[in-house]
Amino acid sequence: MNYRNEIKIEGRKLVTRRHFFKDCGIGIGAMALASLLDRDLLAAPQGTNPLAPKAPHFPAKAKRVIYLFQAGGPSQLEMFDYKPGLAKYNGKPCPPELLKGQTLAFIKPDAALFSTQFKFAKHGQSGAEMSEALMHLPKVADDITIIKSMMTDAINHAPAQIFMQTGSVQFGRPSFGSWVTYGLGSESRDLPAFVVLSSAGGTSGGSSLWGSGFLPTVYQGVPFRRTGDPILSLANPRGVSREMQRDSLDALKDLNQHLLDKTGDAEIATRINSFEMAYRMQESAPELMDLSKESKETLALYGAEPGKNTYANNCLLARRLVERGVRFVQLYHEAWDHHGQVHKGTIAQNKETDQANTALILDLKRRGLLEDTIVIWGGEFGRTPMVQGEPDGSNALGRDHHNKAFTMWVAGGGFKPGITFGETDEIGFNVARDPVHVHDLHATILHLLGFDHERLSYRFQGRDFRLTDVHGVVENRILA
Amino acid sequence: MKSVCKRIALLCFVFALWMLCKLPGAVWLNSVSAKVDGNLAHWAFIAPVRPVLPNVKNSARVSSPVDRFILAALEKQGLTLSPEADRATLIRRLSLDLTGLPPTLKEIDNFLADTSPNAYEKLVDRLLASPHYGERWGRWWLDAARYADTNGFEKDRDRSIWPYRDWVIRSFNADKPFDQFTIEQIAGDLLPNATVEQRVATGFLRNSMLNEEGAVDPEQFRVEGLIDRVDAIGKAFLGLTINCTQCHTHKFDPIKHEEYYRFYAFLNQDEEPEMEVPTPAESKKRDSLLARVAKLEDELSAKHSDLPQRMAAWEAQAKQQAGEWTVLENAEVIATNGVKFEELLDHSFIPRGDNPPTGVYYLTAKTQLKNITGIRLELMTDHTLPRTGPGRSTQGVAWLSEFVAETAPVSQADKLQPLKVAEATADFAAPNNPISLAIDGNLKSSWSIDAGPGLRNQDRRAVFALQTPLAGFDGGTLLKFSLSQKEFGGSAAERFEAPNIGRFRISVTTAPNPKADPLPTNVRRLLAVPVANRTPEQQREVFRYYRTTVPEFADTNNAIANLMKQWPYPATTLTVTPRPVPRETHIFKRGDWKRPGEAVTPGTPSFLHPFPATAPRNRLGLAQWLAAKENPLTARVIVNRVWQTYFGQGLVSSPEDFGTRCETPSHPELLDWLAVEFREGRVSTASGSERPSSAPTLATARGTDSAAWSLKHIHKLIVMSATYRQSSHISPELLRADATNRLLARAPRLRVEAEAVRDIVLSAGGLLSLKIGGPSVFPPIPDGAMAVSFRSRTVWETSKSEDRYRRAMYTFWKRSVPYPSLSVFDAPNADMACTRRIRSNSPLQALTTLNDAAFLEAAQALAMRLWKEGGNDDAAKVRYGFRLCTGRLPDEFEQTRLLQLLQKEQGRFAGNTAAAVYVSSPDLNNLPANMDLHELASWTLVARVLLNLDETITKQ
Repeated sequence: MNYRNEIKIEGRKLVTRRHFFKDCGIGIGAMALASLLDRDLLAAPQGTNPLAPKAPHFPAKAKRVIYLFQAGGPSQLEMFDYKPGLAKYNGKPCPPELLKGQTLAFIKPDAALFSTQFKFAKHGQSGAEMSEALMHLPKVADDITIIKSMMTDAINHAPAQIFMQTGSVQFGRPSFGSWVTYGLGSESRDLPAFVVLSSAGGTSGGSSLWGSGFLPTVYQGVPFRRTGDPILSLANPRGVSREMQRDSLDALKDLNQHLLDKTGDAEIATRINSFEMAYRMQESAPELMDLSKESKETLALYGAEPGKNTYANNCLLARRLVERGVRFVQLYHEAWDHHGQVHKGTIAQNKETDQANTALILDLKRRGLLEDTIVIWGGEFGRTPMVQGEPDGSNALGRDHHNKAFTMWVAGGGFKPGITFGETDEIGFNVARDPVHVHDLHATILHLLGFDHERLSYRFQGRDFRLTDVHGVVENRILA
Repeated sequence: MKSVCKRIALLCFVFALWMLCKLPGAVWLNSVSAKVDGNLAHWAFIAPVRPVLPNVKNSARVSSPVDRFILAALEKQGLTLSPEADRATLIRRLSLDLTGLPPTLKEIDNFLADTSPNAYEKLVDRLLASPHYGERWGRWWLDAARYADTNGFEKDRDRSIWPYRDWVIRSFNADKPFDQFTIEQIAGDLLPNATVEQRVATGFLRNSMLNEEGAVDPEQFRVEGLIDRVDAIGKAFLGLTINCTQCHTHKFDPIKHEEYYRFYAFLNQDEEPEMEVPTPAESKKRDSLLARVAKLEDELSAKHSDLPQRMAAWEAQAKQQAGEWTVLENAEVIATNGVKFEELLDHSFIPRGDNPPTGVYYLTAKTQLKNITGIRLELMTDHTLPRTGPGRSTQGVAWLSEFVAETAPVSQADKLQPLKVAEATADFAAPNNPISLAIDGNLKSSWSIDAGPGLRNQDRRAVFALQTPLAGFDGGTLLKFSLSQKEFGGSAAERFEAPNIGRFRISVTTAPNPKADPLPTNVRRLLAVPVANRTPEQQREVFRYYRTTVPEFADTNNAIANLMKQWPYPATTLTVTPRPVPRETHIFKRGDWKRPGEAVTPGTPSFLHPFPATAPRNRLGLAQWLAAKENPLTARVIVNRVWQTYFGQGLVSSPEDFGTRCETPSHPELLDWLAVEFREGRVSTASGSERPSSAPTLATARGTDSAAWSLKHIHKLIVMSATYRQSSHISPELLRADATNRLLARAPRLRVEAEAVRDIVLSAGGLLSLKIGGPSVFPPIPDGAMAVSFRSRTVWETSKSEDRYRRAMYTFWKRSVPYPSLSVFDAPNADMACTRRIRSNSPLQALTTLNDAAFLEAAQALAMRLWKEGGNDDAAKVRYGFRLCTGRLPDEFEQTRLLQLLQKEQGRFAGNTAAAVYVSSPDLNNLPANMDLHELASWTLVARVLLNLDETITKQ
């Protein structure tokens, strides 16, 4: 991708919208695919809009992404990273040599090691280790890729979430979903390209997690809300019927078209399109959100209940969104910050999420969507092998934030299914083998989407920025 | 075609490689490059000199020197300017550009009727003098200043810094010279006899985000705040991407890694006070209260002639109460709730970051002292605490639930034994919260230091006398103190304003019978001064405390206490001030704050103009360096951003990057000419007689005859130009000749900025309040919009009456949840400095203007306005409404189409009263008697279409 894109996009707005409008009617579905490599200032401007579907650098395994963000930082030691060694040292202080240079958030360095209270077992033909806290995920053990050797840079929630989502601990960079949408455009003509769903609490990182940073705002995530309209201002004002809305839009279209003819400004054509897409969104978004159309079997599979604001509903919505051409679906479930009662908390949150995660994989698979849809599961960091507890015992037996080693899993879209990658040391403090840094994960996912992560860049402030900053190595060993 | 492109691309690549080899000396070959020290230097790093005004063929079109540059470039391409726009378009364009507001119909009529030759210039002068000019261009600056009303990050607590925003507005209205504007923002506090205003200006630096998430390391985010300040100064004033050098020497610009930290060092020397900004009325009230207190005190002392003797006796006795205390040095403080502490030079500790509602501070220290009899806890004021503290509540109050002391031999640190406290004393306690509650073993009862208005923000102390002296251990005694702060109750929002202890220090004594010194810190200090040597003010301070100790003065004391209840609390704002002892600055290896390298001293990048010889090596010097006439960048960067605002793109298309990789300016000479004009403030007469008679004169808003660093002068030069005044019509020929309009053969047609979208719509509905300044407001927000915030329980209390309809720039800006209808129109997040807004066009914008409650309310108001003011027949109403929204009359097609819509909606609402009730008006109880709901509802939908027209939210 060429660094002059921004100017080009601005320029093309002027040049091409009229053509776009006239030749393509009001939709963007008919747009020709434009190769990323051709999108260059020197190339003749093509009729396109910034969200038109685009081909990536090379043929891609995956076309879309569902990111199940477990915000707060789930405990890998309670779910995936089985450490019998930790039981051996339970109650003993963490070896000081491990703590050299390590930043801890809440706990003191002399906090004792704390073994898991869950039983672990091997599952599937692959023998993936999972704890009994996961009652459903074992069913798809052979469909997912577990990475036990994740590492990140930050240990506080907001910076770590921002890092996981933008590749930088500082605010202001485009989010993962924005980069993908910028690179691939949208295949939906009546829904946003990048949709954000959330359950449980609001996120620490706030709206910057799905912001477009310095990329044009058309690439930012659109949060679908849990109550009221799924999209802000989606519903007509009370008393305004769909016919009245159509009347108004017809009048607007005529008046704006009249102005377009008078002024020659192609930007007006874009505005007409925006209004028409808004109108289509008004119909398609409620239809999308209406889970009652799903079969009983499907609802039961996810544990979804129409009308509720649950993680399970969001997982089902995610499938419905990708079915409708949405490029990037970002879920947040901010509920995993178990400084206390990590045992109870892990059970409780798995009750909310485990079945739905599993159902999503099964459902995508049976619909033939898993092969070109990437599913990502994980938090902004993991949790310490050491215990955290209030001295008065009121909030005992939790774990602090830990960035040196944690677990994520991915599935579909060209990942090698049924493997567990990476290892941590005896107590799960450090990565012992095959570390995968957040930048590496980003590079690998972009690779599956058809991008050279070093070339998916955008010129800003005199520099070509990219999701992986100046880092990132594609981890070929987890690819199918 | 393809292969040509490839060849060009290859050439570019080779050229880039060649550039990389030559760096940092040489950069690009361009007509405006110059040779310095035998190297080709980048044009932007050489101070601009005034270019000669180019000659043009079509000199009749020249109405500002600006036009010569534009015309010269156009003529080279065989083009010329478009004809002048019609007058209705001009006044709307100019009003939106200079004030951010559409013109009123009366203003339009007046302008259309003004046939004088200088009618346009009079309009320009009127708008430049409008107080709304400061709002519109102040908001322009606030983008670069990254102004917001919350701290950002997870907690995203509210902050009060709107006095800075108002200072910016006032500065623009006064056309404060830009050099002075610069100096005050970077170092207003360091100017001789700095005024409150000048200190407020340093809020520019404080606009950085602040992470108060639990368990953050405050130093990490202090450093990040400074990095943001360097970035903001770089973008706002220098147009340089200095932050690239945080980790390594700049790849493209000649800024070294070390130079980044030398620049950073200027900013690394500050404390961050929260300063009160009293209004004149509040200052007067405070002065008058103090005068009345003084008068009562004077009356009291006049009544008692034996006061000097009585006070002398009291002083003699009070001197015994000081006690002898040893401050515990080398103490360590940790907290259970993730709060982290900074140790100050006097060994006091101050918590930074998160302020959760419960938690325990643990202080441990070692001492060689034997026979310790008591422990003193001092709560100390500090200007970085709310209202100076000593607590962390919004009023600066602190509570202490429980104090526990333990001891052990240093050699057996894990053998802690509790120390029994026999008695606790404090210099002050709120009536229902005595100090005894801090040793009652109950976490739910607390000692409070809240002494009420005007009195609560002072040092306090408590002393815990041990039941038996602590003999101590050979080899040292370990002391551990627990200060518990538990569940103060309060609302969700207040939970993060908990009255935890702010700055504190612990000392011990070996003297018998220890008690808390009842004397305030200042009085204790004054007692050391012999009475004869005290000033009258000092003597009054002593007396002010003394009188409270005398029971027979109760009447006066009570009268004064009652008076003080009226003590006003002004708004506060965030400022900076130098810390008493400089901080050493180190390079951070690869930008990692945990890997400090060699120490550096403050300094500016060597490739730019020299640091002024006479300037101090501090922030003030940095400010003077920025404002120096030799600075090659600032004047260019500012005029470029002004230009960008008018024309949609800058003369340099990357306003934040004037470095070696920036795009070639479209009109390099014009950029330099404007920059020199900005710096020096003369209208060029270089072309002699060719100066057109209608050339602008200097804006004289400042009451001086020099327009050096006058932004109004630059505005006038631009808006007087024929270039600015041309039509924005886009013909196919023009589109072919210059698709992106870099040459400006036509005026741009631009969707207005987010704030103007709202202001135009409210203004058309007759709802907009034009009140200037004050605390930020909370206009209606869609239900559930706040849910994405981590602290979603935080309430958005929708403002009442006028504040619902204030100009958009006063909307409370919450960084984690920016106001949706502004954000959707590309208002910047304020996460970091923004010098170029994106201008997007999306379906979400359409949904907002169609369906958002605030926009519907405006449509309803507009419909009512049409009904009341629009004339008798429907066509007249349509014409009136069209004009209110676009500033012009509709043509026949437009009028007919709108009437058609009206008719259709009349049909739809007929017999559908339920729908009409919802659509017609939010205030059905106060409708005019003869108003038909169905009719009003139909008009509301017509008004809604008018507000949604492309033209309504476009500057054309």
